[in-house]
Amino acid sequence: MTGVEEKKSTNIILFSGDYDKAMAAYIIANGAAAYDHEVTIFHTFWGLNALRKDENIPVKKGALEKMFAKMMPRGSESMGLSKMHFAGMGPKLIKKVMKKHNALSLNELVDMAKEQDINLVACTMTMDLLGLQKEELLDDVQYAGVAAYLADAEDGNVNLFI
Amino acid sequence: MNQDFVLDAKGMACPMPIVKTKKKMKELEKGQVLKVEATDQGAKQDFAAWANSTGNELVKTTENGEVLSFWIKKGE
Repeated sequence: MTGVEEKKSTNIILFSGDYDKAMAAYIIANGAAAYDHEVTIFHTFWGLNALRKDENIPVKKGALEKMFAKMMPRGSESMGLSKMHFAGMGPKLIKKVMKKHNALSLNELVDMAKEQDINLVACTMTMDLLGLQKEELLDDVQYAGVAAYLADAEDGNVNLFI
Repeated sequence: MNQDFVLDAKGMACPMPIVKTKKKMKELEKGQVLKVEATDQGAKQDFAAWANSTGNELVKTTENGEVLSFWIKKGE
């Protein structure tokens, strides 16, 4: 392999706001970065919640947006499971099992992704729909739309929708 | 087999052994060898595939009970 060779790329769309699915997305992303890929995760719809700060950020919102903000998880560690959620018991159990097996938590996987220079992109259209504002999302997030995703994906080597 | 660096990835779960290895490989010069010890059983396939596609060479693999050892020679 020579230095001038162009990097391969992995592009993941994270649509889901489930803890387990987001974990899968972030594990693949971190693995791909270790494979020397240029990696981008596009967060849209419920996947945007993985980028939410866990504290309450006071921003001006309409009634509907306020309701959305209340009902959606604030940050990756508050997300629920896609299966066996058991009204919140499921995530507690799985985190216990993950600790036992030394698996990284979603929060740690997001930090690892930043450390590996993975591009974390938030879809601005769905941010508007869900009433999420930039102030509520993590600081090093990029903002883009479908064209930016397609530009990356058309030359990509691995493309996933989770 | 001799090595220039050793990485202890024992107890780490996927994808950490590969992520840490990639990081460590940056410290090596071309031709130097890194020994990685891991207990994640998926690592056997992972390291072979990883070395192959990142231009490094997996020189040797051993298995001692739970512990898998990999010797990876840095390519260009």
